[in-house]
Amino acid sequence: MTPLEKVEGRAIPLGLKNVDTDVIIPAHWLKTTTREGMGRGAFESLRADPDNLFDRPQYKDAPILIAGDNFGCGSSREHAAWALGDLGIRVVIAPSYSDIFSGNAVKNGILPVVLPQAAIDRLMEVAETDPVHVDLDTQTVTTPFQDRFAFEIDPFRKMCLLEGLDEISLTEKSDAAIGAYEQKLDAERPWMRPAAAGL
Amino acid sequence: MTRPRTLYEKIWDAHVVERRPDGTCLIFIDRHLVHEVTSPQAFAGLRASGRTVRRPDLTLAVPDHNVPTTARLDAAGNKLPIADPESAAQLAALEKNAPDFGIRYIDAVAPEQGIVHVVGPEQGFSLPGTTIVCGDSHTACHGGIGALAFGIGTSEVEHVLATQTLLLQPAKTMEVRVEGEVGPGVSAKDIILHITGTIGAAGGTGHVIEYTGSAIRALSIEGRLTVSNMAIEGGARAGLIAPDEVTFEYLKGRPYAPKGADWDAAVEYWKSLATDPGATYDKVVVIDAADIAPSVTWGTSPEDVVPITGSVPDPASFADPSKQAAAAKSLAYMGLEPGTRMQDVPIENIFIGSCTNSRIEDMRAAAAVIKGRKKAPGVKWAIVVPGSGLVKRQAEAEGLDRIFIDAGLEWREPGCSACLAMNPDKVPAGERCASTSNRNFVGRQGPGARTHLVSPAMAAAAAVTGHLTDVRELMG
Ligand code: SF4
Repeated sequence: MTPLEKVEGRAIPLGLKNVDTDVIIPAHWLKTTTREGMGRGAFESLRADPDNLFDRPQYKDAPILIAGDNFGCGSSREHAAWALGDLGIRVVIAPSYSDIFSGNAVKNGILPVVLPQAAIDRLMEVAETDPVHVDLDTQTVTTPFQDRFAFEIDPFRKMCLLEGLDEISLTEKSDAAIGAYEQKLDAERPWMRPAAAGL
Repeated sequence: MTRPRTLYEKIWDAHVVERRPDGTCLIFIDRHLVHEVTSPQAFAGLRASGRTVRRPDLTLAVPDHNVPTTARLDAAGNKLPIADPESAAQLAALEKNAPDFGIRYIDAVAPEQGIVHVVGPEQGFSLPGTTIVCGDSHTACHGGIGALAFGIGTSEVEHVLATQTLLLQPAKTMEVRVEGEVGPGVSAKDIILHITGTIGAAGGTGHVIEYTGSAIRALSIEGRLTVSNMAIEGGARAGLIAPDEVTFEYLKGRPYAPKGADWDAAVEYWKSLATDPGATYDKVVVIDAADIAPSVTWGTSPEDVVPITGSVPDPASFADPSKQAAAAKSLAYMGLEPGTRMQDVPIENIFIGSCTNSRIEDMRAAAAVIKGRKKAPGVKWAIVVPGSGLVKRQAEAEGLDRIFIDAGLEWREPGCSACLAMNPDKVPAGERCASTSNRNFVGRQGPGARTHLVSPAMAAAAAVTGHLTDVRELMG
């Protein structure tokens, strides 16, 4: 995973509320067995409009997306994060996210920044004409006009993003603890294993 | 004396492998359900890193999202090819990955095949007090039997396959208490649609919802699975209903459920899981069951719910300006005018199925309305898709298939079908569907498709009248 520390560039001022994962990547794009190339299907329904934001020249390769409340709601498809990543998005800024989406975003090296609606409104305005700067280390979003918005992020997620860490290798360090849990479970509640009489 | 705990806290505490200083916990996963859409990349990841599946015995794979719901075998009993090459590739990948990694696999043509969330409880693979994950957000469904179950993304699928754990932050707790008795014609689906309309699509974000109260207790397991299934539509990652005698009765004797002395030990443990008196939730919502009518959605968010006796709302009637804008967009997509009576909305397509409403009770409820009636001429496409092969055979043994077929509805093979536009079952652009599934999002049932979420009985009522209908008017 590519580490993420500072991201500077144009921000797509989408602003919509309740952008669900079907909008981010429609179901018919899910029929793949690999992760690459999903960007072509990202926001397909919105991009059907010839005047859509995503395909305006100033937002080509924009690394930041600004959205409204409850971004990434709906289906748990991780394809939504892959599609954003493949589109070149490294940071999403919104007042809130669905739980599943924000987890998926971090796992794919995308930073979900949470800011209050007032800050979003201001950034939407700036994004019309100017770039936005996101600094994960200092946890701030700044603009060329002296705006400065601080955001909170779970320290573990922050470390994973900063170092580009793969979560499985981290968990494998807890191998002994997992083994001990399994033994205890077998001793205390042996019936938790699926009965042998199964299929 | 330990602090009183909620059902959620008890299950959580029993699964903590390690607690990190920031409160994040490494949580043991008891059951992992795998289907063909969100797993190929996870298995590819395992291969690329040379990893194996830590606990194949806790993993069950079954194809459901992409499988066509038309006949799967020809007259000679050979598997029919799958027309769509991408679906075929995903199905072939699961068929190969499961044995390669030593995982139990239910083949698309096996008698037990069905939608993962129907198969899990039906096989006794899902049990109360367990943690269950699956790469599908309606995993919350299994909360209906008292399991802490939630959907995960493909990276997490790979993580669980490799380590049998997940790193999670504890959720906040929310109680949705439905007290009293529901009126005639009001089903579990109407209860959860009403709840979603009341708390909103983000009302449960960050929370696990426990459904309590006499109206929930009175539900069968099928009904409880329907309610918990849509916890995610209210923004919650998981739903829970405390296991009780109804749960034990349902699970007893199922293939993977504990047997003999193990069964008794299990029941004793399950009984200890109910929320302690005096335990508190972070948020509580109380609903009077008498207020719940047969319900229907008008928009493209599951919170857009009105009683069937209601009308399409005016976007201006919402206080929140962004909801006003969203409602106006929804209505344009749905082709509806404010003030139109819901019962005047014509319906061209009917879908009775999905992990929300495809169990035997749902089939019976729909058949009871259809019996002795015919599909309305304006209804072009009406399909009934049982949730599993076992549901299908049970329904056929009861003669329900004949009732549907005689009325002009199609009786299909089990799968996700028209719940999502991933297999051949799609709703044409611009047409409406009265659907018993769980999502009315833009394009969910096909590009341009207009979804009205309803209960099985309400879908059946629309099938015979050709418009959204108050099923109570058809009841004898
Ligand atoms: S029926 Fe729909 S919601 Fe349920 S598992 Fe299938 S696709 Fe997911």
